[in-house]
Amino acid sequence: MTTHASGHLSGATGTGTATAVHPTGTLGIHATGLTKTYGDVRVLDGIDLAVPSGSVLALLGPNGAGKTTTVRILATLTAPDAGTARVAGHHTVTERALVRERISLTGQFAAVDDLQTGAETLRMMGRLCGLAPRAARARADELLDRFGLTDAAARTAKTYSGGMRRRLDLAASLVSRPEVIFLDEPTTGLDPRSRQDLWELVRELRADGTTVLLTTQYLEEADRLADRVAVLADGRIAAEGTPAELKARVAGHRLDLTLTTRAAYEALAPRAVHLAPDDLTLGVTTDGSAAHVRALLDELDPDRTAVDRFAVRTATLDDVFLTLTGADR
Amino acid sequence: MTTAAPASALALAGRSLRISRRSPDALIAALMLPVMLMLIFVYFFGGAIDTGTQYVTYVVPGAMLLCAGFGAASTAVSVADDMRTGVIDRFRTLDIGGIPILAGHVAASVLRNLLSTTLVLAVALAIGFRPQAGPAAYLAAAGLLLAYITAISWLAAVLGLLAKTPEAAGGFTFLMMFLPYPSSAFVPIETMPGWLHGFAEHQPLTPVIESLRALLLAQPAGSAPWTALTWCAGITAVAMTLAGVLFRSRTR
Repeated sequence: MTTHASGHLSGATGTGTATAVHPTGTLGIHATGLTKTYGDVRVLDGIDLAVPSGSVLALLGPNGAGKTTTVRILATLTAPDAGTARVAGHHTVTERALVRERISLTGQFAAVDDLQTGAETLRMMGRLCGLAPRAARARADELLDRFGLTDAAARTAKTYSGGMRRRLDLAASLVSRPEVIFLDEPTTGLDPRSRQDLWELVRELRADGTTVLLTTQYLEEADRLADRVAVLADGRIAAEGTPAELKARVAGHRLDLTLTTRAAYEALAPRAVHLAPDDLTLGVTTDGSAAHVRALLDELDPDRTAVDRFAVRTATLDDVFLTLTGADR
Repeated sequence: MTTAAPASALALAGRSLRISRRSPDALIAALMLPVMLMLIFVYFFGGAIDTGTQYVTYVVPGAMLLCAGFGAASTAVSVADDMRTGVIDRFRTLDIGGIPILAGHVAASVLRNLLSTTLVLAVALAIGFRPQAGPAAYLAAAGLLLAYITAISWLAAVLGLLAKTPEAAGGFTFLMMFLPYPSSAFVPIETMPGWLHGFAEHQPLTPVIESLRALLLAQPAGSAPWTALTWCAGITAVAMTLAGVLFRSRTR
């Protein structure tokens, strides 16, 4: 995560030895048919997830799609109304304590006390994980060093920058050397540098064999970090696959057309997967071949007056997302 | 990997104490307000109040309870504060239950309160309070005070769970701080209007105050200490149960 990074997060000593037996085989997270209703609102409507051990799944979706509820159920904080989930090989409701020994959660809002120092926070976490005082201190020092917080160790978190708080928060969640880590919107509100650091950390966690489930609204993040992406919309998984597979699902490319008049723009807008009304530009899907582009142009603009200019782009996860969730239409 | 509940509570009490040590405004309020109030009662009102003894002698037990009320109030605020951040979720994913989390706050509250009641006692001694108690009576008084502080700290934890915001929690605790007034803490109950007697004589604080007064001044206490302890144990038991239920419903 920082220049101090040693590249080793877990497995050095002590506690994280229970990885051997996984009744569900090689799945770090396995959920089937999760539903959850709050009042009249059905937040989750049948979620299935299968995340292989040691891989990264990005749960992608807009606000209110059910990302946080999914994470809370998997992290044993909330029981589903129906459906079951196994995390690190154990049932999240009937074997809650066993799951809790093997996971950590970093929520949307940093769970760091303003009035404790970085060192105190990490030592406390060590004690709460059952480490003896000396071991808790050693673990705290190791994580402070690893997260570049050694110089700030004796300062209260109140004095930390947003990025430093996030780092401390993550360090706190790693004290117990979890097998499965949940990161709920870990980069929301971070500056670009801190975001890069966090991405690097997720890659290191993965390299160490940790299963990571992260939620994000940022497609770029999912694209860069995740082995697989699950797109969540209105409490359902709208699509699931590798970033490449998802991109392939909405055709490989996008033809962006800049139109000559507002009327022409309005006429073609219903066919678009991408809209930029200010520029009178919209995008339609294409396989990117010359024949298809030519045919599309003839079809969309038979009089050859509507299109001013065009560009062919590779589809982004944004296109996938908008196509699958119907958002922005 | 998860640790025993008492060890968790201890680690969390340490957290609570570090946080309160760094909140000077709350600390000063908890330490200074009871001392100020005691001084106001002794020097401003005391001359006009006839209790049959030196007023300072009469008022110190009540001032000590008042002090404990202020100290416990900050527990309600800290609990409410925790409930709205992600920190409770993190503790829960460490498999720490609601009772150990709250017990951490209560333990810190007890320690803070012992400090502030000691300060009140020290100031009281300086302004002429002359206890007659022997070592055994002192110990008994300290034990009773401890039981009382524990009871109202759990009560404060319940208020902290009931309140949606720390500000509201602070407001709720005014009820607790008001309780010493309609008791024998500051004036003899006989001087109150008749309709108040029933409440003032039987509310939980009166036996606590009467016992403290009797123990510190080497007077016969009668059954008051047992009544007081029963109240404290009852309040603690009810508050702990309520706190457990509220915590579960708040974290569903």
